[in-house]
Amino acid sequence: MRVGLLVTCLVDLMRPGIGFAALRLLESAGCEVVVPNGQTCCGQPAFNAGDRKAARALAEKLLGEFEACEYLVAPSGSCAGMIRTHYPGLFADDERMRGRVQALSSRSYELTDFLVTVLGVSEVPGDFRGSVTYHDSCSGLRELGVKTQPRSLLARMPGVELREMEECEACCGFGGMFSVKFSEISGAISARKCANIQATGADAVVLGDLGCMLNIEGRLRRLGDERTRVLHVAEVLAGEDA
Amino acid sequence: MEMRSKEFKSRAVYYIHDGALQKAMGMLRDGFVAKRTQQAAELPEFEALREEAKNLKNHILDHLDHYLTRYEAAVKASGGHVHWARDAAEAREIILGICRRVHAKTVTKGKSMVSEEIGLNEALIENGMDVVETDLGEYIIQLADEPPSHIIAPAVHKTKDQVSDLFEEAHGTERKTTVPDLVNEARQVLREKYFRADVGITGGNYLVAETGSSVIVTNEGNGDLTQTLAKVHIVTSGIERVVPRLDDVTLFLRLLARSATGQETETYTTFSTGPRRADDKDGPEEYHVVLVDNGRSKMLGGRFREMLRCIRCGACMNHCPVYGSVGGHAYGWVYPGPMGSVLTPLIKGLDNAYDLPNACTLNGRCGSVCPVKIPLPDLLRELRHMQHRQKITPAIQRHALTAWRFAATRPKLYHFGEKVAARLLALAGRRKGRLRKLPLAAGWTDARDLPAPAGKTFLEQWQKQRGGQ
Ligand code: SF4
Repeated sequence: MRVGLLVTCLVDLMRPGIGFAALRLLESAGCEVVVPNGQTCCGQPAFNAGDRKAARALAEKLLGEFEACEYLVAPSGSCAGMIRTHYPGLFADDERMRGRVQALSSRSYELTDFLVTVLGVSEVPGDFRGSVTYHDSCSGLRELGVKTQPRSLLARMPGVELREMEECEACCGFGGMFSVKFSEISGAISARKCANIQATGADAVVLGDLGCMLNIEGRLRRLGDERTRVLHVAEVLAGEDA
Repeated sequence: MEMRSKEFKSRAVYYIHDGALQKAMGMLRDGFVAKRTQQAAELPEFEALREEAKNLKNHILDHLDHYLTRYEAAVKASGGHVHWARDAAEAREIILGICRRVHAKTVTKGKSMVSEEIGLNEALIENGMDVVETDLGEYIIQLADEPPSHIIAPAVHKTKDQVSDLFEEAHGTERKTTVPDLVNEARQVLREKYFRADVGITGGNYLVAETGSSVIVTNEGNGDLTQTLAKVHIVTSGIERVVPRLDDVTLFLRLLARSATGQETETYTTFSTGPRRADDKDGPEEYHVVLVDNGRSKMLGGRFREMLRCIRCGACMNHCPVYGSVGGHAYGWVYPGPMGSVLTPLIKGLDNAYDLPNACTLNGRCGSVCPVKIPLPDLLRELRHMQHRQKITPAIQRHALTAWRFAATRPKLYHFGEKVAARLLALAGRRKGRLRKLPLAAGWTDARDLPAPAGKTFLEQWQKQRGGQ
């Protein structure tokens, strides 16, 4: 099965380890993984800022790079959500592109969703030991229905103890440019998320989106919490030295 | 009320540091949100009802002219009057005209967001009338001289202590400190006013085309007294609130209370049809309905049509992390939260409310709880798109996006820039593994650190390992 890995712009730049963890998970599940060289970004920042023209340009570019793959998989609910739920609307008035976009959209998956729903994976290579709490990042949860998939995979790991936090489905306050433009509001929302995380006493908060991770980790550290680790679900599932 | 949406950002910051407001917002989360979750879980057909309500609303909007005409005819047949108001000013004039004609001195009011939207209270007071809000929440904020901060719980931003202070001062009585005592005291004060009322003004949750009835739902029964004891009853409502048949009201009632307050049903649901008839024991001598357009028919024909499905339940704001952090007053006009961030720019102008569509993380929870499935995040994005096209978006942001597009569609350039950035960030954060200050995105480091990257991008490592593909 030929799977195209969309590393995502944020992972590529900020935490490449997540990309390698995703790679390891896909390969250990028997996929042939390709990583298109020219990939940059799915266009979501432009889309959310109201610049549809830029979003469309990036979508067309991505389409060209991944069309040949059987599936597109991204270690991010928000990038996969962009492709799956918003790409088709971007080309609603473009006869020529619509079919192609739709075809790729429906083959695009968030990593844990792909592992569970498409591949039916039940074994994961990771050997993490400790207590974790899972934060449901918004796009994955509400655009793609990612909720039980990561939890069911974590449940396969004997060393992992899952402790659910209060309001695990509430936003962490990231919101892309929102976090920079409205930093005070974002900070207030994040503070609540951090308090809920800390109340579980878990060793790590685990989630599936790097944007939210940077926000949560940054806020935890700013609030003086040096203890709680912030990990991508792929890192935990793949083993940390992926 | 004065429009202050342009000051959203500074007001938001102010309210974030307002201890009493923060305490009140915490109660909202624990109350309405928790109860709604429970109610939705306990009703197996809840999701099916949402779909049904959405479809019925769409049907009504498709045939709005038809149902409004039928409704008007039915109201007339029951002896009432229908007035059409194109905008807020017209609506105010119509209502003032009725009040003046009957020489109204005291006007009682049930809760009505449309009356807030058209700035009715100010107009009545300027014309020498004594306006008495009879909904407890509205009464509290009237005493405090504040606008509502929530569409169904207008005084949700007030703590009990603040209400005790307000009552003590306004009523000149001994300070009450328990909720039942406070409610009782307000009841006693308000009782007297009902009987003195010349005109009673209420909103209309539903306008039934079949029967010409207007329907209100309250938890205090104040609306009943407002509309039956005054000589004249005026209903103010948006044109989109019509429903075809009496039966349809049930569908919306089942969704409304559950979505709004997490109750199975509101305490009082009251139907009004025309003025008092010869053999009625009570009721108003005159019955008027003022149907307000105020931008709605424009919405009907455009991309924001779905917003007209709104049944004003408030669930979107109860579940909004931004609203929950800053409260309703930060939004600067009558409709706060996600629904307000769509409606305010549409009614008051896109450039008068620039921040509102942008002050959202697009987390989508509002849309997922909306009882009529309004895709609020999509509508907010649509507004951002309009701001971008109309160049209301700051030039620096537009230019930055253009530059970003230029780079992101040129992989060589983009990846080169990325490598440089990865190294610079890694270097700057090498000691502590994170950065406390960022030169170009100070907003980020105002609130949090930036975990530093490893220094080499995924793609460059990958190409080295496997020679790329
Ligand atoms: S937009 Fe939906 S959730 Fe918000 S007030 Fe209207 S009906 Fe309720």
